[in-house]
Amino acid sequence: MTTDWLLPELDELTRPFWDACKRGQLQLQRCRTSGRLLHPPRWQSPWDPGNGEYGKLDWVTVCGRGTIWTKAVPHPPLLPPFSQFSPYNVIIVALEEDPRIRMIGNLVARPQAPINSVAPTEIEIGSAVRVVFEKISDDFHFPRWVLDTRENAEDSSHV
Amino acid sequence: MFKEQNTIKDKAAIVGIGETQFAKQLPASETELACKAISAALKDAGVSPSEVDGLASYTMESTSDFELAKNLGFGDITFFGQIGHGGGGGPATLGMLAMAIATGQCQVGVAWRSRKRGNPESRVWANKAASAELVTAANWSRPWGVLRPVDEVSLITQRYMHETGCTRQHLANVAVSIRKMANNNPRAMMYDKPLTTEDYMAARWISEPLCLYDNCLESDGALAVVLVSAERARDCNSPPVYLHAFGQGISQQSHSMVNFYSENPLQGPSWTCARQLFRYSDIQAQDIDVAQFYDAFTPLIPFSLEAYGFCGHGEGAAFTEDGGLDINGKLPCNTSGGGLSEAYVHGFNLITEGVRQLRGQSCNQVREAETCLVTASTSVPTSAVILRR
Repeated sequence: MTTDWLLPELDELTRPFWDACKRGQLQLQRCRTSGRLLHPPRWQSPWDPGNGEYGKLDWVTVCGRGTIWTKAVPHPPLLPPFSQFSPYNVIIVALEEDPRIRMIGNLVARPQAPINSVAPTEIEIGSAVRVVFEKISDDFHFPRWVLDTRENAEDSSHV
Repeated sequence: MFKEQNTIKDKAAIVGIGETQFAKQLPASETELACKAISAALKDAGVSPSEVDGLASYTMESTSDFELAKNLGFGDITFFGQIGHGGGGGPATLGMLAMAIATGQCQVGVAWRSRKRGNPESRVWANKAASAELVTAANWSRPWGVLRPVDEVSLITQRYMHETGCTRQHLANVAVSIRKMANNNPRAMMYDKPLTTEDYMAARWISEPLCLYDNCLESDGALAVVLVSAERARDCNSPPVYLHAFGQGISQQSHSMVNFYSENPLQGPSWTCARQLFRYSDIQAQDIDVAQFYDAFTPLIPFSLEAYGFCGHGEGAAFTEDGGLDINGKLPCNTSGGGLSEAYVHGFNLITEGVRQLRGQSCNQVREAETCLVTASTSVPTSAVILRR
Protein backbone atom coordinates (compact mmCIF):
# COMPACT_ATOMS: atom_id res chain seq x y z
CA MET A 1 0.00 0.00 0.00
CA THR A 2 1.30 3.43 -0.90
CA THR A 3 2.05 5.43 2.21
CA ASP A 4 3.80 8.59 1.05
CA TRP A 5 0.83 10.49 -0.43
CA LEU A 6 0.95 14.29 -0.34
CA LEU A 7 -1.50 14.98 2.47
CA PRO A 8 -3.53 18.14 2.79
CA GLU A 9 -3.57 20.31 5.88
CA LEU A 10 -6.10 19.26 8.47
CA ASP A 11 -7.43 22.34 10.20
CA GLU A 12 -10.65 24.01 11.30
CA LEU A 13 -11.51 24.83 7.70
CA THR A 14 -10.79 21.46 6.08
CA ARG A 15 -11.58 18.95 8.87
CA PRO A 16 -15.36 18.74 8.25
CA PHE A 17 -14.70 17.72 4.62
CA TRP A 18 -12.29 14.97 5.60
CA ASP A 19 -14.38 13.74 8.54
CA ALA A 20 -17.31 13.33 6.13
CA CYS A 21 -15.11 11.38 3.70
CA LYS A 22 -14.33 8.93 6.52
CA ARG A 23 -18.09 8.37 6.82
CA GLY A 24 -18.34 7.81 3.06
CA GLN A 25 -20.03 11.14 2.42
CA LEU A 26 -19.07 14.02 0.17
CA GLN A 27 -19.81 17.24 2.07
CA LEU A 28 -19.41 20.83 0.96
CA GLN A 29 -20.18 24.19 2.45
CA ARG A 30 -23.47 25.90 1.63
CA CYS A 31 -24.26 29.57 2.12
CA ARG A 32 -27.07 29.81 4.67
CA THR A 33 -28.61 32.88 2.99
CA SER A 34 -28.28 32.21 -0.75
CA GLY A 35 -28.21 28.40 -0.65
CA ARG A 36 -25.21 28.35 -3.00
CA LEU A 37 -22.61 25.64 -2.57
CA LEU A 38 -18.92 26.48 -2.13
CA HIS A 39 -15.67 24.71 -2.88
CA PRO A 40 -12.86 24.97 -1.80
CA PRO A 41 -14.04 25.93 1.70
CA ARG A 42 -14.14 29.54 2.85
CA TRP A 43 -14.16 31.17 6.27
CA GLN A 44 -17.35 33.01 5.32
CA SER A 45 -19.70 33.05 2.36
CA PRO A 46 -18.91 35.48 -0.46
CA TRP A 47 -22.55 35.14 -1.55
CA ASP A 48 -23.97 36.79 1.54
CA PRO A 49 -22.51 40.27 1.59
CA GLY A 50 -23.35 41.16 5.12
CA ASN A 51 -26.88 41.38 6.42
CA GLY A 52 -25.70 41.35 9.99
CA GLU A 53 -25.13 37.61 10.33
CA TYR A 54 -22.13 37.75 8.06
CA GLY A 55 -21.74 34.92 5.57
CA LYS A 56 -22.76 31.90 7.65
CA LEU A 57 -21.93 28.53 6.14
CA ASP A 58 -23.22 25.02 6.81
CA TRP A 59 -21.66 21.71 5.79
CA VAL A 60 -24.15 19.67 3.73
CA THR A 61 -23.96 16.27 2.05
CA VAL A 62 -24.13 16.28 -1.75
CA CYS A 63 -25.16 13.31 -3.88
CA GLY A 64 -21.63 12.59 -5.10
CA ARG A 65 -22.52 12.47 -8.78
CA GLY A 66 -21.31 14.72 -11.56
CA THR A 67 -19.74 14.90 -14.99
CA ILE A 68 -16.12 15.08 -16.12
CA TRP A 69 -15.37 18.77 -16.90
CA THR A 70 -11.77 18.26 -17.98
CA LYS A 71 -8.83 15.88 -17.64
CA ALA A 72 -5.03 15.73 -17.77
CA VAL A 73 -2.43 12.98 -17.79
CA PRO A 74 0.78 13.87 -15.96
CA HIS A 75 4.08 12.34 -17.06
CA PRO A 76 7.55 12.65 -15.43
CA PRO A 77 9.26 14.48 -13.85
CA LEU A 78 6.92 14.02 -10.89
CA LEU A 79 7.12 13.49 -7.13
CA PRO A 80 6.64 10.25 -5.23
CA PRO A 81 4.23 8.52 -4.97
CA PHE A 82 2.88 9.76 -8.29
CA SER A 83 6.01 8.81 -10.23
CA GLN A 84 5.18 5.12 -9.74
CA PHE A 85 1.65 5.52 -11.17
CA SER A 86 2.59 7.69 -14.17
CA PRO A 87 0.94 8.10 -16.54
CA TYR A 88 -2.10 8.48 -14.30
CA ASN A 89 -5.16 10.65 -14.83
CA VAL A 90 -6.48 13.74 -13.14
CA ILE A 91 -10.06 14.81 -13.75
CA ILE A 92 -12.16 17.75 -12.66
CA VAL A 93 -15.76 16.87 -11.86
CA ALA A 94 -18.64 19.34 -12.18
CA LEU A 95 -21.15 18.38 -9.49
CA GLU A 96 -24.76 17.49 -10.21
CA GLU A 97 -26.23 19.90 -7.62
CA ASP A 98 -24.35 22.88 -9.12
CA PRO A 99 -22.04 22.35 -12.13
CA ARG A 100 -20.20 25.54 -11.17
CA ILE A 101 -18.76 23.51 -8.27
CA ARG A 102 -15.76 21.64 -9.64
CA MET A 103 -13.61 19.17 -7.73
CA ILE A 104 -10.22 17.79 -8.66
CA GLY A 105 -9.87 14.02 -8.44
CA ASN A 106 -8.90 10.84 -10.27
CA LEU A 107 -10.99 8.42 -12.31
CA VAL A 108 -10.48 4.80 -11.22
CA ALA A 109 -11.80 1.60 -12.82
CA ARG A 110 -13.56 0.54 -9.59
CA PRO A 111 -13.38 1.46 -5.90
CA GLN A 112 -9.86 0.97 -4.47
CA ALA A 113 -8.30 0.63 -7.93
CA PRO A 114 -5.15 2.69 -8.53
CA ILE A 115 -5.16 6.10 -10.23
CA ASN A 116 -3.72 4.61 -13.42
CA SER A 117 -6.40 1.89 -13.70
CA VAL A 118 -8.30 3.63 -16.51
CA ALA A 119 -6.64 4.09 -19.90
CA PRO A 120 -6.25 7.85 -20.46
CA THR A 121 -7.73 7.57 -23.97
CA GLU A 122 -10.95 6.16 -22.51
CA ILE A 123 -11.64 9.22 -20.38
CA GLU A 124 -14.19 11.53 -21.98
CA ILE A 125 -15.26 15.01 -21.00
CA GLY A 126 -18.97 14.92 -20.20
CA SER A 127 -19.06 11.33 -18.86
CA ALA A 128 -21.17 10.75 -15.74
CA VAL A 129 -19.17 9.80 -12.65
CA ARG A 130 -19.83 9.16 -8.99
CA VAL A 131 -17.64 9.43 -5.93
CA VAL A 132 -15.98 6.54 -4.12
CA PHE A 133 -13.49 6.72 -1.27
CA GLU A 134 -10.05 5.21 -0.76
CA LYS A 135 -8.55 5.00 2.71
CA ILE A 136 -5.13 6.66 2.65
CA SER A 137 -4.55 7.02 6.39
CA ASP A 138 -6.60 7.19 9.58
CA ASP A 139 -7.35 10.85 8.87
CA PHE A 140 -7.75 10.80 5.12
CA HIS A 141 -10.07 8.84 2.88
CA PHE A 142 -9.50 10.40 -0.53
CA PRO A 143 -12.52 10.88 -2.79
CA ARG A 144 -11.97 9.24 -6.19
CA TRP A 145 -14.43 8.81 -9.04
CA VAL A 146 -15.81 5.90 -11.07
CA LEU A 147 -17.89 6.01 -14.21
CA ASP A 148 -21.54 6.08 -13.16
CA THR A 149 -22.52 2.96 -15.10
CA ARG A 150 -24.72 0.00 -14.29
CA GLU A 151 -21.69 -2.22 -13.54
CA ASN A 152 -20.39 0.28 -11.00
CA ALA A 153 -23.81 0.92 -9.47
CA GLU A 154 -23.65 -2.23 -7.31
CA ASP A 155 -20.28 -1.42 -5.76
CA SER A 156 -20.03 -0.31 -2.21
CA SER A 157 -18.69 3.21 -2.38
CA HIS A 158 -16.73 2.88 0.83
CA VAL A 159 -14.50 0.29 2.40
CA MET B 1 -15.38 62.34 -9.81
CA PHE B 2 -12.24 60.85 -11.30
CA LYS B 3 -10.48 63.14 -13.76
CA GLU B 4 -8.71 61.54 -16.68
CA GLN B 5 -5.77 63.94 -16.34
CA ASN B 6 -5.07 62.23 -13.01
CA THR B 7 -4.09 59.00 -14.74
CA ILE B 8 -0.45 57.95 -15.09
CA LYS B 9 -0.77 58.02 -18.89
CA ASP B 10 2.63 58.84 -20.46
CA LYS B 11 3.86 60.42 -17.23
CA ALA B 12 6.79 58.01 -16.82
CA ALA B 13 9.16 56.54 -19.38
CA ILE B 14 11.58 53.64 -19.54
CA VAL B 15 14.99 55.11 -20.35
CA GLY B 16 17.27 52.20 -19.58
CA ILE B 17 17.28 48.43 -19.97
CA GLY B 18 19.93 45.94 -18.92
CA GLU B 19 20.31 42.21 -18.78
CA THR B 20 22.83 39.48 -18.12
CA GLN B 21 23.52 36.49 -20.29
CA PHE B 22 20.81 33.80 -20.12
CA ALA B 23 21.84 30.17 -19.60
CA LYS B 24 20.86 26.90 -18.01
CA GLN B 25 23.47 27.59 -15.37
CA LEU B 26 25.41 30.77 -14.55
CA PRO B 27 28.10 30.72 -11.84
CA ALA B 28 27.23 34.15 -10.36
CA SER B 29 24.82 34.55 -7.45
CA GLU B 30 21.39 36.10 -7.96
CA THR B 31 22.60 39.28 -6.21
CA GLU B 32 25.64 39.54 -8.46
CA LEU B 33 23.46 38.99 -11.53
CA ALA B 34 21.01 41.66 -10.34
CA CYS B 35 23.88 44.13 -9.83
CA LYS B 36 25.13 43.49 -13.37
CA ALA B 37 21.71 43.92 -14.96
CA ILE B 38 20.87 47.09 -13.00
CA SER B 39 24.30 48.63 -13.70
CA ALA B 40 23.80 47.96 -17.40
CA ALA B 41 20.34 49.55 -17.33
CA LEU B 42 21.61 52.68 -15.55
CA LYS B 43 24.49 52.97 -18.01
CA ASP B 44 22.04 52.57 -20.90
CA ALA B 45 19.97 55.42 -19.44
CA GLY B 46 22.93 57.63 -18.59
CA VAL B 47 21.68 57.93 -15.03
CA SER B 48 23.96 57.81 -11.99
CA PRO B 49 23.24 55.12 -9.37
CA SER B 50 23.18 57.84 -6.73
CA GLU B 51 20.05 59.27 -8.38
CA VAL B 52 18.06 56.05 -7.87
CA ASP B 53 15.38 56.62 -5.22
CA GLY B 54 12.67 54.12 -6.17
CA LEU B 55 12.72 50.30 -6.32
CA ALA B 56 10.16 47.71 -7.38
CA SER B 57 10.43 43.95 -7.59
CA TYR B 58 8.48 40.71 -7.18
CA THR B 59 7.67 39.16 -3.80
CA MET B 60 9.38 36.05 -5.19
CA GLU B 61 12.56 38.06 -5.81
CA SER B 62 15.30 36.80 -3.51
CA THR B 63 17.71 39.73 -3.91
CA SER B 64 16.93 42.47 -1.42
CA ASP B 65 16.36 46.15 -2.15
CA PHE B 66 18.76 47.43 0.50
CA GLU B 67 21.51 44.94 -0.40
CA LEU B 68 21.37 46.18 -3.99
CA ALA B 69 21.33 49.80 -2.79
CA LYS B 70 24.45 49.12 -0.70
CA ASN B 71 26.28 47.40 -3.54
CA LEU B 72 25.29 49.72 -6.34
CA GLY B 73 25.54 53.03 -4.47
CA PHE B 74 21.94 54.21 -4.70
CA GLY B 75 20.95 57.41 -2.97
CA ASP B 76 18.22 57.72 -0.32
CA ILE B 77 15.40 55.41 -1.35
CA THR B 78 11.96 57.00 -0.89
CA PHE B 79 9.77 54.40 -2.59
CA PHE B 80 10.11 50.62 -2.53
CA GLY B 81 7.53 47.96 -3.11
CA GLN B 82 7.02 44.39 -4.17
CA ILE B 83 4.27 42.76 -6.17
CA GLY B 84 2.99 39.24 -5.57
CA HIS B 85 2.04 36.25 -7.68
CA GLY B 86 5.23 35.30 -9.50
CA GLY B 87 4.67 35.51 -13.23
CA GLY B 88 1.74 37.89 -12.71
CA GLY B 89 4.05 40.62 -11.45
CA GLY B 90 6.37 41.88 -14.21
CA PRO B 91 4.38 44.74 -15.74
CA ALA B 92 3.09 45.66 -12.26
CA THR B 93 6.64 46.56 -11.15
CA LEU B 94 6.61 49.19 -13.91
CA GLY B 95 3.10 50.32 -12.97
CA MET B 96 4.06 50.79 -9.33
CA LEU B 97 7.10 52.87 -10.25
CA ALA B 98 5.10 54.95 -12.75
CA MET B 99 2.51 55.73 -10.06
CA ALA B 100 5.27 56.62 -7.59
CA ILE B 101 7.00 58.87 -10.14
CA ALA B 102 3.74 60.53 -11.24
CA THR B 103 2.88 61.35 -7.62
CA GLY B 104 6.34 62.54 -6.63
CA GLN B 105 7.15 59.63 -4.30
CA CYS B 106 10.36 59.02 -6.24
CA GLN B 107 12.22 60.40 -9.27
CA VAL B 108 14.32 57.54 -10.65
CA GLY B 109 12.90 54.05 -10.34
CA VAL B 110 14.54 50.70 -10.93
CA ALA B 111 12.61 47.44 -11.43
CA TRP B 112 14.43 44.15 -11.74
CA ARG B 113 14.18 40.36 -11.71
CA SER B 114 17.09 38.06 -10.96
CA ARG B 115 16.43 34.37 -10.96
CA LYS B 116 18.35 31.12 -11.03
CA ARG B 117 15.96 28.39 -12.06
CA GLY B 118 18.13 26.31 -14.36
CA ASN B 119 18.74 23.79 -11.56
CA PRO B 120 15.77 21.37 -11.33
CA GLU B 121 16.04 21.40 -7.52
CA SER B 122 15.08 25.07 -7.48
CA ARG B 123 11.58 24.32 -8.78
CA VAL B 124 8.88 25.53 -6.41
CA TRP B 125 6.57 22.60 -7.08
CA ALA B 126 9.24 20.08 -6.07
CA ASN B 127 9.11 21.40 -2.50
CA LYS B 128 6.74 19.06 -0.68
CA ALA B 129 6.19 21.49 2.17
CA ALA B 130 3.26 23.72 1.32
CA SER B 131 4.31 27.33 1.14
CA ALA B 132 1.73 30.02 1.83
CA GLU B 133 1.32 30.56 -1.90
CA LEU B 134 0.55 26.88 -2.49
CA VAL B 135 -2.07 26.40 0.21
CA THR B 136 -5.15 25.99 -1.99
CA ALA B 137 -3.21 23.81 -4.38
CA ALA B 138 -1.70 21.83 -1.52
CA ASN B 139 -5.08 21.12 0.02
CA TRP B 140 -7.32 20.66 -3.00
CA SER B 141 -5.19 19.60 -5.96
CA ARG B 142 -1.79 18.16 -4.98
CA PRO B 143 -3.30 15.19 -3.11
CA TRP B 144 -4.74 13.98 -6.45
CA GLY B 145 -1.51 14.47 -8.36
CA VAL B 146 -1.87 17.99 -9.74
CA LEU B 147 1.68 18.75 -8.74
CA ARG B 148 3.19 21.22 -11.16
CA PRO B 149 2.13 24.42 -12.89
CA VAL B 150 2.04 22.41 -16.14
CA ASP B 151 -0.60 20.06 -14.67
CA GLU B 152 -2.74 23.02 -13.64
CA VAL B 153 -2.46 24.56 -17.11
CA SER B 154 -3.03 21.25 -18.92
CA LEU B 155 -6.39 20.83 -17.16
CA ILE B 156 -7.62 24.24 -18.30
CA THR B 157 -6.14 23.70 -21.78
CA GLN B 158 -8.02 20.41 -22.25
CA ARG B 159 -11.26 22.17 -21.35
CA TYR B 160 -10.40 25.01 -23.74
CA MET B 161 -9.77 22.50 -26.52
CA HIS B 162 -13.11 20.82 -25.77
CA GLU B 163 -15.05 24.10 -25.89
CA THR B 164 -13.31 25.89 -28.76
CA GLY B 165 -11.86 23.31 -31.15
CA CYS B 166 -8.27 24.29 -30.35
CA THR B 167 -5.95 21.41 -31.32
CA ARG B 168 -2.34 20.44 -30.69
CA GLN B 169 -1.58 21.93 -34.11
CA HIS B 170 -2.56 25.35 -32.74
CA LEU B 171 -0.25 24.94 -29.76
CA ALA B 172 2.49 23.86 -32.16
CA ASN B 173 1.86 27.05 -34.15
CA VAL B 174 2.65 29.05 -31.00
CA ALA B 175 5.80 27.07 -30.16
CA VAL B 176 7.13 27.23 -33.73
CA SER B 177 6.36 30.94 -34.29
CA ILE B 178 8.10 31.94 -31.08
CA ARG B 179 11.05 29.62 -31.74
CA LYS B 180 11.58 31.31 -35.11
CA MET B 181 11.93 34.61 -33.25
CA ALA B 182 14.59 33.08 -30.98
CA ASN B 183 16.47 31.71 -33.99
CA ASN B 184 17.16 35.35 -34.99
CA ASN B 185 18.17 36.42 -31.47
CA PRO B 186 21.76 35.54 -30.46
CA ARG B 187 20.91 36.17 -26.77
CA ALA B 188 18.21 33.48 -26.85
CA MET B 189 18.96 30.11 -25.24
CA MET B 190 17.32 28.44 -28.27
CA TYR B 191 19.11 30.65 -30.84
CA ASP B 192 20.72 27.74 -32.68
CA LYS B 193 17.92 25.19 -32.15
CA PRO B 194 15.25 25.30 -34.86
CA LEU B 195 11.86 23.72 -34.09
CA THR B 196 9.42 22.23 -36.61
CA THR B 197 5.83 21.08 -36.21
CA GLU B 198 7.13 17.53 -36.70
CA ASP B 199 9.56 17.98 -33.79
CA TYR B 200 6.68 19.29 -31.70
CA MET B 201 4.38 16.38 -32.48
CA ALA B 202 7.14 13.84 -31.72
CA ALA B 203 8.10 15.35 -28.36
CA ARG B 204 7.50 13.58 -25.07
CA TRP B 205 4.47 14.39 -22.95
CA ILE B 206 4.87 16.45 -19.80
CA SER B 207 1.20 16.59 -18.89
CA GLU B 208 -1.22 15.58 -21.66
CA PRO B 209 -2.37 17.50 -23.65
CA LEU B 210 0.87 19.48 -23.15
CA CYS B 211 4.24 18.22 -24.40
CA LEU B 212 7.82 19.35 -23.86
CA TYR B 213 7.61 22.27 -26.31
CA ASP B 214 4.49 23.67 -24.67
CA ASN B 215 6.65 24.45 -21.64
CA CYS B 216 8.95 27.41 -21.10
CA LEU B 217 12.68 27.11 -20.51
CA GLU B 218 14.30 26.98 -17.09
CA SER B 219 16.92 29.71 -16.98
CA ASP B 220 19.44 31.63 -14.95
CA GLY B 221 19.61 35.36 -15.62
CA ALA B 222 18.71 38.86 -14.51
CA LEU B 223 17.14 41.94 -16.12
CA ALA B 224 16.42 45.51 -15.08
CA VAL B 225 14.75 48.66 -16.33
CA VAL B 226 15.07 52.33 -15.30
CA LEU B 227 12.02 54.60 -15.22
CA VAL B 228 11.97 58.38 -14.85
CA SER B 229 9.40 61.14 -15.39
CA ALA B 230 8.58 62.13 -18.96
CA GLU B 231 10.35 65.48 -18.38
CA ARG B 232 13.52 63.88 -17.01
CA ALA B 233 13.46 61.32 -19.87
CA ARG B 234 14.32 64.01 -22.41
CA ASP B 235 17.81 64.34 -20.85
CA CYS B 236 18.63 60.63 -20.92
CA ASN B 237 20.91 58.75 -23.34
CA SER B 238 18.26 56.49 -24.85
CA PRO B 239 15.01 57.44 -26.57
CA PRO B 240 12.17 57.30 -24.02
CA VAL B 241 9.59 54.55 -24.13
CA TYR B 242 6.48 55.87 -22.39
CA LEU B 243 4.32 53.82 -20.06
CA HIS B 244 0.98 54.71 -21.61
CA ALA B 245 -1.40 52.46 -19.69
CA PHE B 246 -1.28 49.99 -16.81
CA GLY B 247 -3.73 47.39 -15.55
CA GLN B 248 -3.94 44.73 -12.89
CA GLY B 249 -6.55 42.06 -12.31
CA ILE B 250 -7.81 39.51 -9.83
CA SER B 251 -11.09 38.24 -11.25
CA GLN B 252 -14.01 37.43 -8.97
CA GLN B 253 -13.62 34.17 -7.03
CA SER B 254 -10.48 33.29 -9.00
CA HIS B 255 -7.71 31.14 -7.56
CA SER B 256 -4.03 31.43 -8.36
CA MET B 257 -2.97 28.75 -10.91
CA VAL B 258 -5.79 26.40 -9.82
CA ASN B 259 -8.47 28.69 -11.21
CA PHE B 260 -11.07 25.98 -11.76
CA TYR B 261 -13.47 27.23 -9.13
CA SER B 262 -14.70 30.56 -10.51
CA GLU B 263 -17.87 30.80 -12.60
CA ASN B 264 -15.94 30.90 -15.86
CA PRO B 265 -12.37 29.66 -15.50
CA LEU B 266 -11.70 30.38 -19.20
CA GLN B 267 -12.15 34.10 -18.53
CA GLY B 268 -9.83 34.70 -15.63
CA PRO B 269 -7.66 37.50 -14.23
CA SER B 270 -6.42 38.74 -17.63
CA TRP B 271 -9.96 39.68 -18.65
CA THR B 272 -10.27 41.88 -15.57
CA CYS B 273 -6.79 43.30 -16.16
CA ALA B 274 -7.56 44.11 -19.81
CA ARG B 275 -10.66 46.13 -18.90
CA GLN B 276 -8.62 48.31 -16.55
CA LEU B 277 -5.68 48.54 -18.97
CA PHE B 278 -7.78 49.89 -21.83
CA ARG B 279 -10.10 52.04 -19.67
CA TYR B 280 -8.00 55.22 -19.93
CA SER B 281 -5.80 54.18 -22.83
CA ASP B 282 -5.76 56.08 -26.12
CA ILE B 283 -4.27 52.91 -27.62
CA GLN B 284 -6.78 50.06 -27.99
CA ALA B 285 -6.21 46.46 -29.11
CA GLN B 286 -6.51 47.29 -32.80
CA ASP B 287 -3.76 49.93 -32.37
CA ILE B 288 -1.16 47.53 -30.92
CA ASP B 289 1.75 46.93 -33.34
CA VAL B 290 3.53 44.15 -31.43
CA ALA B 291 2.79 42.12 -28.31
CA GLN B 292 4.89 40.35 -25.69
CA PHE B 293 2.54 37.87 -24.03
CA TYR B 294 3.51 35.92 -20.93
CA ASP B 295 4.30 32.48 -22.28
CA ALA B 296 5.23 30.05 -19.53
CA PHE B 297 3.04 27.64 -21.56
CA THR B 298 1.89 27.84 -25.20
CA PRO B 299 -1.87 27.92 -24.46
CA LEU B 300 -1.42 31.17 -22.54
CA ILE B 301 -0.99 32.88 -25.92
CA PRO B 302 -4.49 32.08 -27.27
CA PHE B 303 -5.91 32.80 -23.81
CA SER B 304 -4.20 36.22 -23.85
CA LEU B 305 -5.21 37.03 -27.43
CA GLU B 306 -8.82 36.63 -26.32
CA ALA B 307 -8.51 38.39 -22.96
CA TYR B 308 -6.87 41.49 -24.46
CA GLY B 309 -9.40 41.70 -27.28
CA PHE B 310 -7.37 40.72 -30.36
CA CYS B 311 -10.12 38.20 -31.21
CA GLY B 312 -13.32 36.88 -29.70
CA HIS B 313 -13.61 34.23 -27.00
CA GLY B 314 -12.80 30.85 -28.51
CA GLU B 315 -10.98 32.37 -31.50
CA GLY B 316 -7.47 32.54 -30.01
CA ALA B 317 -6.37 29.20 -31.43
CA ALA B 318 -7.44 30.08 -34.99
CA PHE B 319 -5.55 33.39 -34.64
CA THR B 320 -2.28 31.41 -34.61
CA GLU B 321 -2.97 29.86 -38.03
CA ASP B 322 -1.17 30.97 -41.21
CA GLY B 323 1.69 32.54 -39.26
CA GLY B 324 -0.64 34.87 -37.34
CA LEU B 325 2.00 35.44 -34.63
CA ASP B 326 4.96 35.75 -37.03
CA ILE B 327 6.87 38.93 -37.74
CA ASN B 328 4.61 39.68 -40.72
CA GLY B 329 1.52 38.13 -39.15
CA LYS B 330 -1.66 39.64 -37.77
CA LEU B 331 0.07 40.39 -34.46
CA PRO B 332 3.81 39.73 -34.14
CA CYS B 333 4.31 38.15 -30.71
CA ASN B 334 7.18 37.50 -28.32
CA THR B 335 9.75 38.81 -30.75
CA SER B 336 12.79 37.89 -28.62
CA GLY B 337 11.67 34.30 -28.27
CA GLY B 338 9.89 34.96 -24.95
CA GLY B 339 9.86 32.52 -22.07
CA LEU B 340 9.44 29.58 -24.42
CA SER B 341 12.63 30.13 -26.41
CA GLU B 342 14.73 33.11 -25.20
CA ALA B 343 14.78 32.65 -21.41
CA TYR B 344 12.28 32.22 -18.62
CA VAL B 345 12.88 34.97 -16.10
CA HIS B 346 9.31 35.41 -14.87
CA GLY B 347 8.45 37.43 -17.96
CA PHE B 348 10.90 40.28 -17.41
CA ASN B 349 12.57 39.67 -20.78
CA LEU B 350 9.19 40.48 -22.37
CA ILE B 351 9.51 44.00 -20.96
CA THR B 352 13.03 44.64 -22.23
CA GLU B 353 12.06 43.26 -25.65
CA GLY B 354 9.05 45.59 -25.73
CA VAL B 355 11.41 48.51 -25.15
CA ARG B 356 13.80 47.33 -27.88
CA GLN B 357 10.90 47.14 -30.36
CA LEU B 358 9.94 50.75 -29.67
CA ARG B 359 13.58 51.84 -29.98
CA GLY B 360 13.86 50.00 -33.30
CA GLN B 361 16.53 47.66 -31.89
CA SER B 362 14.87 44.22 -31.91
CA CYS B 363 16.40 41.21 -33.64
CA ASN B 364 12.91 40.74 -35.11
CA GLN B 365 12.05 44.39 -35.64
CA VAL B 366 8.43 45.15 -36.48
CA ARG B 367 8.58 47.98 -39.00
CA GLU B 368 7.73 51.36 -37.50
CA ALA B 369 6.44 49.80 -34.30
CA GLU B 370 4.96 52.55 -32.15
CA THR B 371 2.96 50.58 -29.59
CA CYS B 372 3.64 47.40 -27.64
CA LEU B 373 1.53 45.41 -25.20
CA VAL B 374 3.39 43.51 -22.47
CA THR B 375 1.39 41.11 -20.32
CA ALA B 376 1.91 38.88 -17.30
CA SER B 377 0.49 35.40 -16.74
CA THR B 378 -3.19 34.70 -17.43
CA SER B 379 -3.23 32.04 -14.70
CA VAL B 380 -2.58 34.18 -11.62
CA PRO B 381 -3.42 37.66 -10.30
CA THR B 382 -1.93 39.55 -13.20
CA SER B 383 -0.81 42.83 -14.77
CA ALA B 384 -0.12 44.41 -18.16
CA VAL B 385 1.27 47.60 -19.66
CA ILE B 386 0.97 49.39 -22.96
CA LEU B 387 4.26 50.97 -24.00
CA ARG B 388 4.60 53.59 -26.74
CA ARG B 389 7.44 55.56 -28.21
